[in-house]
Amino acid sequence: MAPDSMPIARALSLPRSERKPWLEVLHEWVITVDHKKIGVMYVLYGLLFMVAGGIEATLMRIQLAVPEARFVSPQVFNRLFTMHGTTMIFFVAMPILFGFANYLVPLMIGARDMAFPRLNAFSFWMTAFGGLLLYFSYVGGAGVYGAGSAPSFGWWAYAPLTSPAFARGHSTDFWTLALLVSGVGTVGFGVNTVATILCMRCPGMKLTKMPLLVWLNLVMGGMLFFTISPLTAAQLMLMIDRYLGGHFFDTQAGGKATLWMHFFWIFGHPEVYVLIIPAFAFLSEIVPVFSRKAIFGYPIMVAATVGIGFISFGVWAHHLYTIDMPSYGQAFFVGMSLAIAVPTGIKIFNWLATMWGGKIWLATPMLFCVGFLFQFLIAGLTGVILANAPFDWQLGNSYFVVAHFHYVIVGGILFALFGAFYYWFPKVTGRMMDETLGKWHFWLFVIGFHLTFDPMHIAGILGMPRRIWTYQPGHGWAIWNMISTFGVFVQATAILIFVFNLIHSYLQGAQAGDDPWDAWTLEWSTSSPPPPYNFAVIPEVKSRRPLWDLKHPEDPDWQYE
Amino acid sequence: MSAKTGLSHKRARGWARIEALTCTVITGAVSRLFASAPVGSQPTNIFAPVSTPADELYHLSLFDLSVCAGIFIVVFILLVYAVMKFRRRADDDGREPPQIYGSDQLELAWTVLPILIVVVLFLTSARVIHTVEDAREPANALRITVVGHRFWWEYRYVQYGFVTADELHVPVSTPRHPWPTFLTLLSADTDHGWWVPRLAGKTDVIPNRVNHTWIDPHRVGLYLGQCSQFCGTAHAMMLIRVYVQTRAQFEAWLKNQQTAAANDPGPAVTAGRRAFESTACINCHTVRGTVADGRFGPDLTHLMSRQTLGSGVIPNTPENLRRWIQGPPAIKPGVEMPPMNLSSRQLNELVAYLETLH
Amino acid sequence: MSTVPAAIPSSWATRLPRRGHIGMLSLVAAESAIFSIFIVAYIYYIGKSLSGPTPRQILVVPVFGTVCLLSSSLTIHLAVTGLRKGRARVFKAFWAITAALGAIFLTGTALDWRRMIYKLGFTIRTNLFGTTYYSLVGLHAFHVTVGFIMLAIVLIFALAGKVRQEHAEKCEALSIYWHFVDAVWVVVFTVVYIVGR
Repeated sequence: MAPDSMPIARALSLPRSERKPWLEVLHEWVITVDHKKIGVMYVLYGLLFMVAGGIEATLMRIQLAVPEARFVSPQVFNRLFTMHGTTMIFFVAMPILFGFANYLVPLMIGARDMAFPRLNAFSFWMTAFGGLLLYFSYVGGAGVYGAGSAPSFGWWAYAPLTSPAFARGHSTDFWTLALLVSGVGTVGFGVNTVATILCMRCPGMKLTKMPLLVWLNLVMGGMLFFTISPLTAAQLMLMIDRYLGGHFFDTQAGGKATLWMHFFWIFGHPEVYVLIIPAFAFLSEIVPVFSRKAIFGYPIMVAATVGIGFISFGVWAHHLYTIDMPSYGQAFFVGMSLAIAVPTGIKIFNWLATMWGGKIWLATPMLFCVGFLFQFLIAGLTGVILANAPFDWQLGNSYFVVAHFHYVIVGGILFALFGAFYYWFPKVTGRMMDETLGKWHFWLFVIGFHLTFDPMHIAGILGMPRRIWTYQPGHGWAIWNMISTFGVFVQATAILIFVFNLIHSYLQGAQAGDDPWDAWTLEWSTSSPPPPYNFAVIPEVKSRRPLWDLKHPEDPDWQYE
Repeated sequence: MSAKTGLSHKRARGWARIEALTCTVITGAVSRLFASAPVGSQPTNIFAPVSTPADELYHLSLFDLSVCAGIFIVVFILLVYAVMKFRRRADDDGREPPQIYGSDQLELAWTVLPILIVVVLFLTSARVIHTVEDAREPANALRITVVGHRFWWEYRYVQYGFVTADELHVPVSTPRHPWPTFLTLLSADTDHGWWVPRLAGKTDVIPNRVNHTWIDPHRVGLYLGQCSQFCGTAHAMMLIRVYVQTRAQFEAWLKNQQTAAANDPGPAVTAGRRAFESTACINCHTVRGTVADGRFGPDLTHLMSRQTLGSGVIPNTPENLRRWIQGPPAIKPGVEMPPMNLSSRQLNELVAYLETLH
Repeated sequence: MSTVPAAIPSSWATRLPRRGHIGMLSLVAAESAIFSIFIVAYIYYIGKSLSGPTPRQILVVPVFGTVCLLSSSLTIHLAVTGLRKGRARVFKAFWAITAALGAIFLTGTALDWRRMIYKLGFTIRTNLFGTTYYSLVGLHAFHVTVGFIMLAIVLIFALAGKVRQEHAEKCEALSIYWHFVDAVWVVVFTVVYIVGR
């Protein structure tokens, strides 16, 4: 086993006198440029912020459980949904997904590290400091007395609510800086991922032989440049407005509020695909292994991903159907938004076809993938519904939309992530996660998820707008909100089980061995956890499933590809 | 709906049957869940339209929902079947199943079929967009300018030369006597959204931008809605009330609104009026025919003709009016109107005066 | 690191793109997206200022600076070519000229801004034109400044005799950035001084 890949567990098993001083261990992690350690830090950092974002969500749900509640004030409520959205997108979903990519991509392409290890560490710390800046607004936003004022304009920060006239104090500036700083980290990560995948592949791994996870992360990394940069540019403009007296979004001086909306969603919509493509990547690895079959239609899976990447940059204005665009403009974005359903549909069918005729092993990682397929199917279909502008005139900005994107982000991305946790945990720690706890986690989370988000569709159809602090009785919304709030606590219980499982399995889980799932990609050919430089001898591959070739010399893959 | 039939022909017969069945089920479910419930308990249900724009969306949504439900059922059955049928058995021999790397025919099929569905959805959607967004404004249309303020609504009846607030009155528009209402949407400060689900979809109200929407309510009644674009602290309490009246009722209402405020000479009222005109009230409020001509707050000329206070937050009763003047933030946190800190006597006089503004 | 032998056959390694190039091209892609947003904002706000002055009243076309900046693309190319062939003196000379041309461009911009800010009182707060003009041209000037600093650092190393043939790849990555800054100026120049005027 590698000397310092499991510092805590190893340290605890040592007699006290032989343990490394904790300061030394901490120092090792802070100065590390190893892609695996940085990957683990990304994930732990994201989980930490997930707790913060989750508490914010819970507080909001308690406030909304009954009509005319006074659990929190509207000022606090508005801060809660702003922070919840910003946190979950920028400091939970992205870091955790980046962490997995960081850990897995070099292993899967048979490399010893990322292309730029120091840039990698820099990117992580920028992201980390971004999140701290955002949360510092709670204490620093109001100035001296520490009374606290996080930003309260929603995570889209529509102008002119962010102008000095409506957003006094510094909370807006903390928000802007947080996203700018973490944006630098994100672009750095993108540069590194693309360079790693293009330049660091082991002998024999042509582009057409890369595992799908690597391909999908290549697409995601490439998308980051054109996704994050518009946001960075818009944030710079906002800073120019707030600090230098500029007029980009100053409606009093002829500036247009709609310009911010466009800029924000040029970032905002591709961002959804930046998050979902890594989730697709997890599925594309886990589903084949647990169905015991090669991925169905590898070339079209790659083509569909690239297609999604491109189309995703032409759909942003479907967030703006209600700003009274000309009808031909709306029709254009309806067409584009519907078009993206085609490559997405191809993916779902290909995963189904991969399962078809296989021998499906419903271990926890696969359970989460099946959950993903079910929920992402619904999320995709409500997306198709919302892509139709007229439907969106009614349901845009309603709880139907809230339900839709939580189906994507929680029902889709988070389920895939949980699958990935159970699947790669043995590789990272050398120990298996507990299956019984895993099943409890899965089923409780499924139930909690559906209790929380299914009723929101109905509340939306009954006319409940999002971002409201409270509501009057008599709209038929109360019962659905009550169920949603109840569901949150079921979800929270499931998450607690998951966290307990992580810690418990890390300390006492069964030994995993190098290849517990009998899988086929390169990361399973090295030890668990992998040594600091991953591979003693750089491997050479002939097909997309090098370990299959090794295990089945009589019928290797490269004969067919 | 003709486009949908066209699609069905392209599919096998069984598909068409499933599709038709789902359509029935969905429509049934929707009407069971929403439409058949007493409308009074669901006053903002998008599936209970009473105006052409909302109606167009309603029919489109039923079609979209049926198509999507059809797709859902098919894929869901495939998923469940795959998981059930191809589960690894307890007596598994440990051998790997046959490896299949792809199939051009299948992949082509599930590329082309979705494209066809998408084209159909696009065309039906484009038709509704055109019908609603490019509707021509008839010469007799009622034209109203809506101005969104933090956190209330100003309604300017431009053809009749008066301004009112928070409660919109419009005439019923029947096929025999069409009298649609065309709204021009402006904002005085930040973004808002004007949304009355049973009448029309939402339209954002954006500063430095002129937006338009229209309604033609077919039935008399009160229709509720609220601001749909986050605008600040009291966003949740920026409610909308639309009163659809018969032609005669509406004309009577118009006539009353056009008059200036009545001048009641009673002593209590005079004192109240003096209090109103000598305090901060007139900085923000207008009472036509008096010196009060503030523009930041709602026009109070015919305050007593409204059923609610604070943009629909509480019923307009003398007791509520007292509470409101004394401390608006207690009722509507985040409201821009400050507590007036009046003595009890001043408050009584002020309420007495406001009570005369019919 | 040295305990584990790197066993990548050179025949395979040469088939992969160089990471310096890919990294810099990726950065250029991200930067171009930032510039695109600023350029869109500039174009969108042309003629939308509520008050004066207008671009025609204020702007003087920076012909000399533009010529300098564009020709620096050629000189940096010559410098890198020289270094790849191992001709250190050619490299040093052209590299120094490149840095000097960049400095001239920056000085020109600084003088122009001084004229507008102190003589004409035209600032970033004046109107929409002021906001978009100073932001876009300033963003570009900032990139030129960053490029100039990097050029200067390399130049110091070169004068100290520390830049050798094996550093050609790194210098080439830097030259990609410099070419990009030039190319952006062509767009900014067209938008600000031709379309917007």
